[in-house]
Amino acid sequence: MERYAPTIKDLAPRDIVSRCMVQEVAEGRGAGPNKDYVLLDCTHLGAEVLETKLPDITEFARTYLGVDPVYEPVPVMPTAHYAMGGIPTNVKGEVLSDNDTIVPGLYAAGECACVSVHGSNRLGTNSLLDINVFGKRSGNNAVEYAKTAEFVPLPENPAAFVTGLVDQVRTASGTERIGALRKELQDEMDRNAQVFRTDESLAKVTETIHELRQRYQNISIQDKGHRYNTDLLEAIELGFLLDLAEVVVYSARNRKESRGGHQRDDYPKRDDETYMKHTMAYLTGDPHSADAADHISLGWKPVVITNYQPMERKY
Amino acid sequence: MATAVAEGSSAAQAPAPIQAFTVTLIIRRFDPEKDAEPYWQDFDVELYATDRVLDALHKIKWEQDGSLSFRRSCAHGVCGSDAMRINGRNRLACKTLIKDLDISKPIYVEAIKGLPLEKDLIVDMEPFFESYREIQPFLIASDKPEKERIQSAAQRERFDDTTKCILCAACTSSCPVFWTDGQYFGPAAIVNAHRFIFDSRDEGAQVRLDILNDKEGVWRCRTTFNCTEACPRGIQVTKAIAEVKNAIMRGSADIPVSDLAPTPQRA
Ligand code: SF4
Ligand code: FES
Repeated sequence: MERYAPTIKDLAPRDIVSRCMVQEVAEGRGAGPNKDYVLLDCTHLGAEVLETKLPDITEFARTYLGVDPVYEPVPVMPTAHYAMGGIPTNVKGEVLSDNDTIVPGLYAAGECACVSVHGSNRLGTNSLLDINVFGKRSGNNAVEYAKTAEFVPLPENPAAFVTGLVDQVRTASGTERIGALRKELQDEMDRNAQVFRTDESLAKVTETIHELRQRYQNISIQDKGHRYNTDLLEAIELGFLLDLAEVVVYSARNRKESRGGHQRDDYPKRDDETYMKHTMAYLTGDPHSADAADHISLGWKPVVITNYQPMERKY
Repeated sequence: MATAVAEGSSAAQAPAPIQAFTVTLIIRRFDPEKDAEPYWQDFDVELYATDRVLDALHKIKWEQDGSLSFRRSCAHGVCGSDAMRINGRNRLACKTLIKDLDISKPIYVEAIKGLPLEKDLIVDMEPFFESYREIQPFLIASDKPEKERIQSAAQRERFDDTTKCILCAACTSSCPVFWTDGQYFGPAAIVNAHRFIFDSRDEGAQVRLDILNDKEGVWRCRTTFNCTEACPRGIQVTKAIAEVKNAIMRGSADIPVSDLAPTPQRA
């Protein structure tokens, strides 16, 4: 790591460490028969530290890799771990429909939400902040709201949209399998929208997503039942995954700079002047239209700077 | 968790093409909307030695039969969703590697016992969580300190083992007492009571000891050790139950002085 982050080395933030790993492998210095991973050496920590301070991860290596971190290096590679963006909320956990309009009675917290404790990078244990602090706030505020809130007028047959979606997927009689489509989406996102991105790679994913959306129209599931139907659940989730993947890719393409977890090889510099702001994405048309620009509109939300002035990251 | 350590080191061996095996799984199926009774169904799956039983179930669900129903989330033994009976033993599907099973014979997979069967490998966990809730699994403290509550390493050590519980129900659903008496609190509830009873920061020990000093409480335990053998987290479940029994007999959770190194007193 000294070549990448000479001062803090292995303690570099996870976005940097991830890129280093991928770069080492891409440049042919990977380990293993296929040179497709790097090795993490923890042996200098000793059994005592590994056993007491890192018991879970030590056990994972033993159980799943048959590697004992006390004596040998562990094969590692980066993977998608946490979604830093999500449903926009304010610090009370209230969901926002744009930069400042509150959706009354709707709260979000945790990984689905984005109150922006992360910015463009996940810092260790920040997910606990997301869930403990903002989970508690959302819960408490929801209780307060419910005490005095009036019932909102409901449209005719308010459940129609959801029951329609469920029935449509449950009774679909196409030929595509959910597992296969999802695997293709995952592989393509890994290949072209993961730790390194370029306009070209993102254009490629955009095409794949569009194609998968078309194929998603032709799915069927085997479990037609009404109870504990995990086949149905996975199918509906795949539809949402396609929506989200498209938003991620479309927004990434629009951000022509590199910042935190978003690394554009074609724009390697951070550009605070143009891009020190959050991306907001809105669905504005038929999600199946071929061009993402026809159904996603992007906006910006200013970043609130408090105690810490942004500066260049030097490690 | 010494039991989870793999034999030898497969990763250190010379590079060779990874060999796949055809493994037969025989799964106990049940769909209450269609079936009067559960039945066994065979599936053949191509697997690697390093695959888990969960991978096998996924391959079946994603490639052969989408209606196969089971719960899972984390896929690495931390969420507690996928306890099931594999070859007659309660285990987590995500922590049971194919290489550790005898694949010359079929692998039998069925739902855990003692809880109402919902569908295929899914049971209704509600009775299990009901017992869990009853022992008040949260910190009970009267004061609201300005800062964190200080605890020495030795005080933490006192209940370290029982903090590892992931509420998978492998223990409770392997307990013969629980099978015949669904009212019994079961090992998992006692483990989670132990986690607070012996926590120096907690003040609710007596409440929990009273709850467990019930005819459906700790005295039902006949120390068959099934729970300890089933626990995927390597928790000494039977020992924890014995410690709770002792505390009830002593009439207090106070830890005998001999058990504790000299430590700072509670603020
Ligand atoms: S004690 Fe072990 S087996 Fe029982 S619920 Fe907890 S983790 Fe599962
Ligand atoms: S899936 Fe989480 S414990 Fe197995």
